[in-house]
Amino acid sequence: MTISFRRIAAIAFATLAFSAGAIAQAQPTTRPADDSLYQQFGAQPGLIKLIDDFMVRLLADPRTQPFFKDVNQAHVKEELVVQLCEVAGGPCKRKGPDMQKVHAGFDIDRASFNALVEVLQQAMDAQGIPFSAQNRMLAQLAPMHREIVNVK
Amino acid sequence: MPSRLRHAALTALAAALPLSLAAPVHAQEAPKLAWGNGKLLLTGGVSSVDGAAGGGLTPWAVTASYATENQVGATAHLTRVKTQDYAMTAYGAAVGIGDRFEFSIARQDFDTGATGTALGLPGLHLKQDILGAKLRVAGDAILDSDSLMPQIAIGLEHKTAHAGDLEPTLTALGASTSGTDVYLSATKLFLAQGLLLNGTLRATKANQNGLLGFSGTGHTGYSVQPEISIAWLARKNVAIGAEYRGKPDNLNPSLLGAGLKEDDWSDVFVAWAPSKNLSLTLAYVDLGRIVPAVATRRQTGTYLSAQVAF
Repeated sequence: MTISFRRIAAIAFATLAFSAGAIAQAQPTTRPADDSLYQQFGAQPGLIKLIDDFMVRLLADPRTQPFFKDVNQAHVKEELVVQLCEVAGGPCKRKGPDMQKVHAGFDIDRASFNALVEVLQQAMDAQGIPFSAQNRMLAQLAPMHREIVNVK
Repeated sequence: MPSRLRHAALTALAAALPLSLAAPVHAQEAPKLAWGNGKLLLTGGVSSVDGAAGGGLTPWAVTASYATENQVGATAHLTRVKTQDYAMTAYGAAVGIGDRFEFSIARQDFDTGATGTALGLPGLHLKQDILGAKLRVAGDAILDSDSLMPQIAIGLEHKTAHAGDLEPTLTALGASTSGTDVYLSATKLFLAQGLLLNGTLRATKANQNGLLGFSGTGHTGYSVQPEISIAWLARKNVAIGAEYRGKPDNLNPSLLGAGLKEDDWSDVFVAWAPSKNLSLTLAYVDLGRIVPAVATRRQTGTYLSAQVAF
């Protein structure tokens, strides 16, 4: 009797956890309802600082360096600031060409995409951005792998 | 989106034909596999006690090692479990190919301690070899954070028990010495919350995971058991969580009455990955009763596992 109760309790707990996760994630692609994430990243000055450091790290990492060494880095940094501002709920709207076109000139596989994520995590760590805020930002950016990764 | 439809169709094809390599169909030229560790930290899970990548007690839909698409990687693990009356050492290795396939091998060595002596078999060790295979059939547990779709994998674990001098007893109880578990796993990381959930359904005949053989008199069929893991990423390299694993109870009742009754397993764990080459998992496990004819109390204790990844 106690055993079946344990089992039922465990399954009920897991179901609850799944539902809680599902509800929390119910509107995943929509922009944040407020600009709290944008503020956690230090608004515009914070994003500019983050992306400046991010580019330095992208050029220093042999996994990501090939994709950034020959591009107009100032322009890419501007685009990244606008993009992060927008997905974080800040007052920005990215107008550039779609993500698939932007990346079409490169052969980008999943490992390269993940390498960029890791470098971004290092840059966010360096700015002292809390881990929970980092994950909220990554959750906004991660689905872009479908447009960016073009070598399967 | 036609490309997504095409992807879905290919995924379905891969599910229907487990031996077909779906990935090369995407590209004009078949991509080459290279040794690599392109997955994000901890997203290959740890080594389960049966060798498959996942949590400690249960496989997940993730594939072993840090190899992502177009990459190959490998892991090796050593695990020690100690409860009041028993101890077990498990070790093994796994390879992950293209974040699509996983193959694993594991050996478990269970020290029966005083129970063996009480059964007239002092020094008895129950051993088991496990060959595992897993195929990721759909989804992306990590990056598809805009969707509720989990990563889904199917797998099997073929187990061969070496019960030593206990084998004639197991035979008398109607248990055979080998069996194959088949499982379906769904894993989802809720990235914004840093919360990973896994649900596994396992069809199995195993008694105490196979260490006491497979099936029993009056219980000869497969039963489907639920396995659940929840893990919270406290930091980039630390996960804290809990697991539950349902088990059949094929040897209850037996010639020994309820003396071989078995219980479900559960644990709480913390996993730490100081680098992509090493992870350490510490857990408090509750393995329920194990041969209560002799050892009546629930077996609780520590689980410590180290995994190296290449």
